[in-house]
Amino acid sequence: MRKGDTIIFQSPPSVLSFAAVGGKKESEGPLAQQFDQLFPDSRCGEESWEKAECTITRRCLTLALQKANLSAGALDGVFAGDLQFQCTASAYAMRAFDAPYLGLYGACSTMAEGVGLAACLTAGGHMQRAAAMTSSHFCAAERQFRTPLDYGGKRTPTAQWTVTGAGAAILCAGCRPPYVRAVTFGRVRDLDVTDINNMGAAMAPAACETLLRYFADTGESPEAFDAVYTGDLGQIGSTLLQELLQREGLTLPCHRDCGLLIYDCETQDVQAGGSGAGCSASVLCCEVLPALREGRMKRVLFLSTGALMSQTTFLQGESIPGIAHLIELSAEPGLPPKEGL
Amino acid sequence: MHYFNAFWVGGAVCVIGQLLIDRTKLTPARILVCYVVSGVVLSALGLFAPLAEFAGAGATVPLIGFGNLLAEGVKTAVDEHGLIGVLTGGLSAASGGVTVALSAGFLASLIAKSRDQN
Amino acid sequence: MRTDAVKYDRMRKDASPPSPIIKDCLCAFFSGGAICLVGEILRTAFLSAGLEQKDAALLTSACLIALSALTTALGWYQKLAAHAGAGTLVPITGFANSIVSPAVEFRSEGLVPGVGAKMFIIAGPVIVYGTLASVVWGILYFLSKLWIGG
Repeated sequence: MRKGDTIIFQSPPSVLSFAAVGGKKESEGPLAQQFDQLFPDSRCGEESWEKAECTITRRCLTLALQKANLSAGALDGVFAGDLQFQCTASAYAMRAFDAPYLGLYGACSTMAEGVGLAACLTAGGHMQRAAAMTSSHFCAAERQFRTPLDYGGKRTPTAQWTVTGAGAAILCAGCRPPYVRAVTFGRVRDLDVTDINNMGAAMAPAACETLLRYFADTGESPEAFDAVYTGDLGQIGSTLLQELLQREGLTLPCHRDCGLLIYDCETQDVQAGGSGAGCSASVLCCEVLPALREGRMKRVLFLSTGALMSQTTFLQGESIPGIAHLIELSAEPGLPPKEGL
Repeated sequence: MHYFNAFWVGGAVCVIGQLLIDRTKLTPARILVCYVVSGVVLSALGLFAPLAEFAGAGATVPLIGFGNLLAEGVKTAVDEHGLIGVLTGGLSAASGGVTVALSAGFLASLIAKSRDQN
Repeated sequence: MRTDAVKYDRMRKDASPPSPIIKDCLCAFFSGGAICLVGEILRTAFLSAGLEQKDAALLTSACLIALSALTTALGWYQKLAAHAGAGTLVPITGFANSIVSPAVEFRSEGLVPGVGAKMFIIAGPVIVYGTLASVVWGILYFLSKLWIGG
């Protein structure tokens, strides 16, 4: 059922299994214990950073399949994306899995986009099982978007640290918690932020817009949720999101940002927090989904936020468009959508 | 004493760069370009020589020294060969440093591997 | 959403912590000063070994560049620069780092399109605009000589 931009599922699909893989810095962070696998060497024994990311991605989907006792052939579709040019980490990882592959690019917003699409297709009966997966790698992102790794430069306090990691979730028709109850695909929002070292600020308006639309479409209020997760707004983006919402008369009492959960900003020297497609994906799969499955949380909103610029648009002086996709996750399949709305 | 002068003048030149990083949107590459061009201008205005006299390496080690090298080279070449010196003077004077840097870069690329900052 | 770009720009500036300028400048001052001091020690040593001014200056630069290349290859230069800021950017060692680091980084893309081409991503513009500035100065100097001579 569709209300505004929000798709509300009559029979919500389930997240059957999920896995999160991280690198070295993640293994030193607060969520280290919750990852399924951590690579202490971010190179993963490969000769290039791109191949290392590919290995992480492959490992992640393999683990998710193992946890569900499935082979790759059981997947009717894999929605995957990453930050490398032309999404090569995902595409090259899919050489190892004989399943239909749908490459997505939503920058750091890709995980919620993938889960949303997988939920729609499994709920609609078009696919029996579909996976959503994204990854990012600090070194691969750094050499592509910023400077060589050995280049001496000082990070500004507003910069964010790309997560080395991946998350994969396999969805099927509703059978066990957690359930995906609703999806709101976001709209591009651009409030003229041009500072490439302040991505949180570029993405906060998009997160605000998507949240406002979800609340307006469903008539829900933030208090109904145990937590509202955002992907990688970091410290500055999180502050700005709260301010933007306040101007609309909303407060998020239980807002958590994946970029601030995955690292300890005080001790890990990550400036304003974590970022990257692997940030929201790994936190979703190592923190949010397990908590819902075990009933530690009942109902959450999960947004992945993306900054959709490229090196070229940046050099041409363009501002940074933001995007945010939202999924509503719940430990229960829930009542059918409210009437009269 | 000349050690002390080299230290504080060199430090001060770097502080200007730091202010440019923190206060403006200039990227490091642009700042380096500014320094080299400033070096050429300082040299052309005759200001670099007294500074180098006073601070030694404090003036020549920062990238303005590279600019000075280019400017001095052009000046000498024009004195010796006339207008044709405009074409040959700059890079010839700077060739030593550039050659060392390029060779070092090539060697390093054969030996070293890019390192994770994590 | 009610907030517009103008208002948001103000909100963003208020929310973003500024760079700690005094601390940054102190770091830049001491690290940059230290590199220049090393340069001065080398230069003095070369001069007292009987070298000419010009050769002493070239050898000083060469030593600093080699030192920078070595520390870059070992991954130390980046660690130092993370604190030193402009202190390691502005000296000739920063120029060397800007050549060596892409050479090492893009080795995986081959010797010609990787190492050979990418060495110049930062050094290229420096050489281009330095040379252009020297050409302008050379022409001006030539004209001024004509003027004075004529």
